[in-house]
Amino acid sequence: MSEKHINIKLKVWRQKNKSASGKMEDYSLSGVSTDMSFLEMMDTLNEKLTKENKEPVAFDHDCREGICGMCSMHINGRPHGPLKGVTTCQLHMRSFNDGDTIVVEPWRASAFPVLRDLVVDRTSFDRIQHAGGFISINTGAAPDANAIPVPKVNADEAFLAAQCIGCGACVAACKNSSAMLFTSAKVSQYALLPQGQAERSRRVEAMVAQMDKEGFGACTNTGACSAECPKEISISHIARLNRDYIAAKSSSEAV
Amino acid sequence: MSWISTTFTSSLGKKFIVALTGLFLCSFLMVHCGINSLIFLNDGGLAFNAGAEFMITNPVIKLMEYVLFLGLIAHIVQTLMLAYQNKKARPVEYHTSNGAANSKWYSRSMTLLGTLILIFLILHLSHFWASKVTGHLAASGETMFEEMKEVFENLWVVIIYVLAQGALGYHLLHGFQSAHQTLGLNHVKYNGLIKGVGTVLAVVLPVLFAAMPIVIYLGIIK
Repeated sequence: MSEKHINIKLKVWRQKNKSASGKMEDYSLSGVSTDMSFLEMMDTLNEKLTKENKEPVAFDHDCREGICGMCSMHINGRPHGPLKGVTTCQLHMRSFNDGDTIVVEPWRASAFPVLRDLVVDRTSFDRIQHAGGFISINTGAAPDANAIPVPKVNADEAFLAAQCIGCGACVAACKNSSAMLFTSAKVSQYALLPQGQAERSRRVEAMVAQMDKEGFGACTNTGACSAECPKEISISHIARLNRDYIAAKSSSEAV
Repeated sequence: MSWISTTFTSSLGKKFIVALTGLFLCSFLMVHCGINSLIFLNDGGLAFNAGAEFMITNPVIKLMEYVLFLGLIAHIVQTLMLAYQNKKARPVEYHTSNGAANSKWYSRSMTLLGTLILIFLILHLSHFWASKVTGHLAASGETMFEEMKEVFENLWVVIIYVLAQGALGYHLLHGFQSAHQTLGLNHVKYNGLIKGVGTVLAVVLPVLFAAMPIVIYLGIIK
């Protein structure tokens, strides 16, 4: 596809800090290359704002190759924009047309408070992970390969869950701001492997308790999370989380 | 008690209650629809009245009526608590939201659909249940079928009943599948069956229920 240059209008959420009330502001940008990524377009906007002596738009970004989970924009009503299975950094301006108005907002959830403009605090995800998303083992020397037999299908399924980059698109897409897809992926990646069995009950109980404590909503199985997930994580992991939770609550030693 | 209370006050625990009571209410709908469908025999309500008589007098069914109300109340109360929690989880709404791109409208509107069904249910109980409880029906010497014909003489009542079945259909279309997912029943061997049964229920029950006031109003069933 050959490069084109388009003129776009932007509506961007601007908010000074956590306690300030923000609002949508209008910008226009001309001659935007369709080969630019969405973040490069935002960089261009920020250069323009800087030259005009205005405050640039704060947004999260890091690897810019779709694997770190830092970018987080809600674009035209969808997390990470209109494409399926990509993060904002992998969205390119060729997905937009000349004259388009693009609405850019931060993730909206009480558990993801806006820190500034498009930057939200996602440490609630870290705290869910810290509650049980790990395996307590003696490290020491590297074990021999295949010392613990793992069926290929289980390994594949665990890796599909482990693809979660913790970007928060699931929460952003969910009408209830539920973190079930994230939590279920982090529970599943261990639940499917032999190394995860020892702490399986404790893990799911602790992670669900932390998830509720952070103030995320409850899952109503709309499937929006999975549809918008840049790693296309399946809601079958949510069912596994539900199963594991029932099993853990009814049989674990934690009274 | 502590593990029990932590389980059922967690978001997942509340959802298990909603799912279990939802499936229980589905079973009630099937029985209700089955008995009411006896009117389609067009035998002057003979079979239907016998069925209704059995439901009113059988001690097990009488007991189940209390369980049914408890189930219904639990379904509503838990859902309202969850809906409140879900609302609180997003204090600032999006300027632009494109839910249609990632989910079905009826999946996102379960609280609304449920509320419409509840409003209908209050009307429905005032039509058919109140007269039974107050003893009004027994005193008047009317049969259930005669009462049914009386209620469905009114065109507005017929219209409201038919529209309410639309809400019920979409509620079931999402709800039946969703309940299984909440209970962890998601398996490649059974997903097709769950989806199929849910869709059949969501179509057949409302269509039969909606047909009842229509055929009576039009005088097809006498």
